[in-house]
Amino acid sequence: MDRKAREAEWSHLMRSAIDGDEAAYRRFLTDLSRALHPIVRRGFSGVSAAPSEIEDVVQEVMLAIHLKRHTWDQSKPIGPWIMAIARNKMIDDLRRRGRRGEVPIDGMLDIIEAGGHEDAIHAYDVGRVLEKLNGKSREIVQAITIDGHSARDVAAKLGMTEVAVRVSLHRSLKALAQAYQELKP
Amino acid sequence: MKTTDLINALAVDTATRKPPVSRTAWIAAAIGAVISAAVLVATIGIRDDLIAVASQSLDFVLKVVFTLAVTVPAFFVYKRSARPEGNPAGLTPVVIALPLVVLAGGVGYAMTTTSISDIGDIVMSPNWFRCMLVIPMLSIAPLAATLYALRQGAPANPTAAGAAAGLLSSGLAATLYATHCDADSPFFFAVWYPIGIAAVTIIGAAIGSRVLRW
Repeated sequence: MDRKAREAEWSHLMRSAIDGDEAAYRRFLTDLSRALHPIVRRGFSGVSAAPSEIEDVVQEVMLAIHLKRHTWDQSKPIGPWIMAIARNKMIDDLRRRGRRGEVPIDGMLDIIEAGGHEDAIHAYDVGRVLEKLNGKSREIVQAITIDGHSARDVAAKLGMTEVAVRVSLHRSLKALAQAYQELKP
Repeated sequence: MKTTDLINALAVDTATRKPPVSRTAWIAAAIGAVISAAVLVATIGIRDDLIAVASQSLDFVLKVVFTLAVTVPAFFVYKRSARPEGNPAGLTPVVIALPLVVLAGGVGYAMTTTSISDIGDIVMSPNWFRCMLVIPMLSIAPLAATLYALRQGAPANPTAAGAAAGLLSSGLAATLYATHCDADSPFFFAVWYPIGIAAVTIIGAAIGSRVLRW
């Protein structure tokens, strides 16, 4: 698929996601994570980064894209917006490693690989932060992420309302973004 | 955690939504301006001859054109700064040049209507201290509101975004103050208004660099 077609598809999926379509969002995020791997790997080609570290950066970018998705102007192409967020996070990460951030901007969404093998790689930063959550929040995050349960199932299992589960999850995700922030110089 | 696990969490979190950041930016600037307008009216008030000078005094009109020449471009820069790819750098020449052109025009015009020996007294008219104090005071509410809006956004350059919020806020404050202040001569406002505006812009940049990282 060429860049234009993919951008059009992503714009469409993201619009549906912003309207609350979970399945569309899942497809968008899966595609996005595949596209981000080569981009991050290339941005980090100057530093020796283990696959798990690359995975950490990919996850940080995805989290930022998620928490800032209301900053995408829907009348504008989605590619430059995604790249701006990815670039910002990669530069922060490189700085954290004591390197000057020199991440190329243009055309990076062009590179895409037949992905899939990354699915098995574990990143560590997210896990470390989530371990610090209190009991119930951690249980909720675990049930949704690792076990892949829906908010409703988790609510039923823990005897909570679905809204309370969603609120708790959202807080945990914000705490995660905050924790990345604090790693920064 | 695997990336597929994180995707599970993000997908479930689709339900938590925020309004588009451009809307938040608009509303924040409007709320800040309304609060400061209310504060102005409730405290030092609007000058009694506002309607008369607005229709008859070119000096007064130039003063307001100047404060709007600061405010309007700053608003667009501020709104763009809220988006990560907004890149408002291209607007910087307009933001700087437009107010300066208006000031130069105003001072040039005032040269033809004022005798040189009066200029010193006009610049040092007793109003100057109040002007220096009130513009920053009236900037507080808009600055707080616009910085809040930018925090909801994702500014690529936190310092520049904070400066844009400061410039917009002080531009709004100066526009409001212009309806109170009866010193209309371009010699007066070309000296004192930019000092208050620059101070608030620097404060905005300093706060922005600390609070607008994401």
